[in-house]
Amino acid sequence: MGKTFSEKALGRKAGKEVQAGEVVTVSPDYILSHDNASAIIQEFKKLGIKNVRAPEKIVIVLDHIVPASEEKYAQNHKIIREFVAEQKIPNFYDINQGICHQVFTENGFALPGKLIVGSDSHTPSYGAFGAFAAGIGRTEAASVWATDEIWLRVPETIRIEIEGKLPRGVYAKDVILKIIGDGGADMADYKAVEFAGKAGKKFSLGSRFVLANMSAEMGAKNGYFEPDEVTLEWLKGRAKDEYEVIKSDPDAQYRSILKYDISDLVPQLACPHTVDNVKPVTEVEGKKFNQGVIGTCTNGRVEDLAVAARILKGRKVHPGVRVLVLPASWEVYREALKKGILAVIAESGCVILNPGCGPCLGAHEGIMAPGEVALSTSNRNFKGRMGSRDSEIYLASPATVAASSLEGKITDPRKYL
Amino acid sequence: MNKGRIWKYGDDVNTDVIFPGKYTYTLMPPAEMAKHALEDLDPQFAQKVKPGDVIVAGKNFGCGSSREQAAACLKYAGVQAVVARSFARIYFRNAINLGLPVLQCPEAVDKVETGDEMEIDFAEGKIITNKGTFKFPPLPESVIGILEAGGLIEYTKKKLAQK
Repeated sequence: MGKTFSEKALGRKAGKEVQAGEVVTVSPDYILSHDNASAIIQEFKKLGIKNVRAPEKIVIVLDHIVPASEEKYAQNHKIIREFVAEQKIPNFYDINQGICHQVFTENGFALPGKLIVGSDSHTPSYGAFGAFAAGIGRTEAASVWATDEIWLRVPETIRIEIEGKLPRGVYAKDVILKIIGDGGADMADYKAVEFAGKAGKKFSLGSRFVLANMSAEMGAKNGYFEPDEVTLEWLKGRAKDEYEVIKSDPDAQYRSILKYDISDLVPQLACPHTVDNVKPVTEVEGKKFNQGVIGTCTNGRVEDLAVAARILKGRKVHPGVRVLVLPASWEVYREALKKGILAVIAESGCVILNPGCGPCLGAHEGIMAPGEVALSTSNRNFKGRMGSRDSEIYLASPATVAASSLEGKITDPRKYL
Repeated sequence: MNKGRIWKYGDDVNTDVIFPGKYTYTLMPPAEMAKHALEDLDPQFAQKVKPGDVIVAGKNFGCGSSREQAAACLKYAGVQAVVARSFARIYFRNAINLGLPVLQCPEAVDKVETGDEMEIDFAEGKIITNKGTFKFPPLPESVIGILEAGGLIEYTKKKLAQK
C-alpha cells in the first residue's frame, strides 16, 4: 500500500515506516517563533537548563507588533534580542524584515521534505514548498528548544484536486474561501490537506502559499503541494540547507478526495464572524465598510499588490473608507517599489504601512471602533479580532478589497479587470 | 473530585474570543490572564466563574490562533476541564501541555445546559451530571504522561533530568 506525503515525511524523521494514526517522536529541522518568543523564553527558563539544544534550528522573526507601539511591547522585543545574543541564535530577524512566514520562506528555510514546527497557527504555509509544517503552542516550543524533540500524530490526509482554469477576477483566495465555506472550519481538524489537480499544480508559488496558509482555517495540521520545477527554481540561491523532495505515492490512502472545478467560480467573501461563513461577492455587494486591508501573510506578496494596483491605477479610494496596505516583507516592499506598484497604490490614497502583521491581530496600526466594518485580505474574521468586539470583518481577495475600496462598499472586482 | 457548574457555549469558539489578540504579546501574570477569559464571548464569565467550573462547547473548540493564553486563562480562572464535541488541534495540545483536561464527549454536550452541574471521574472516564452519566474516550497515551506530570514543563524537566 502506498503512503501519503505526511506518512513518508514523518516516517523518514522517525527512521521507520509509519501509518496515519501512529504517534512518532521526531526531531524537527526548524522551530519558528515571533514576538511570542518572549513567552517561550519565560517557559524555557522554568526548565532549569541553561542552553537551548540546537540554536541553529531556531528561527525568530519579530513581526506582530513592529515597531513596538507601547513600552510593554518594546520590553517584549528587548527580552527576545537579549536571549538571541546570549544563546547565539544565528537566525534572528528584527523588525526590519517582515511577516515571519514570508521572511522564513524568502530566507530559504521552507524547503521540501523538511519538518518545521512553529509557535504560530499559520505555520502550515510552508507546505506550499513541500515541507511538513505544523503549528504548536509556546510551552511546547520551549520544550522543543530544550529537547530538540516533539511528539506528533501522523495525520490522515484529505486530498483536494483542483481542476479547470481560474476565471478573470478570481484568485487563489476565492478558491480556498469556497473550499472552507463548503467544508467548514473543522473539515480538516488534525488532518493533512494535500492540494493537487492540474489547476492546483499550475498555481504560482504565492497562490500555493494562500491555500497552504489558509489550510489552518479548516483546522488542518499541515497543508501540502508537491514541489515542482517552479518550486526548485525559486529555491535556487535561497535554500538554507540541502533537501529532499518527498511526494505521495500514486496509490496512497487518503481519508477523502474532494474535487473542485474552478472554471465557473466567482469571487468569494467570508462574512462575520467565522471563516466558513462564505458567500459569493455578488450576494453581499453594496455592503458599506470603513477600513480596507491589503496585505498579511495570506495576501501581501508582489502578485497581490500588483492586482490591487491594476485596479487602483488612476483612481482614488472612496472618501468614506480608509485603506491600509502592508507588503508581507521588506523584500516584497522593495520589489513593489521598483516595479512602481507602491507609487500607484500611494497615488490612489491608500495608507502604506511597514511590513508586518499590522492590524490583522488587532493590537496596533488600524484598530476598529464599535460598529465599524473591515474588508481585509487576511485569514481570520473572528469577532473582535481587529479591535472592538462590536466590529465586523469580511475576508476577500486583494482584487475584491481594491475594487470595493474605490466604491466604499463591497464590490465585485470583475468589472475593474 | 469537585462538582462544578457548567458554562455552555456553541460551535467554533475561537481563540480570539477566548483571549483577545491585543493582550497576547505581553507577559501577563496568571491572575490578570484569568480576568480576560472569554472576554469577547461572554463578558460575565470572568466575573462569575468559580473554581471547579466546567466549560461545555460544540465542535472545533479553540480554533484559530496558536496563542496558549487561550488555554491558560481558563485554567487560571479555575476551570476544571473543557468538554466539547471536538477540539482544534493546537488548542488540544496547548491545553494538555498546561495541564488543563480537554475531553471529547458529544453525548454530554447534547444533554447539559448552562447552570447544570458536572463531576468528572478521570480514572473511570466518566462525566456525571444531573442530566445523566456519560463515558468519554480515554486520552491518548502520549498525553496522559504529560497531564499526570502536571503539564509539559514538569514532564520535560523530568525527561531532561533522566538524560
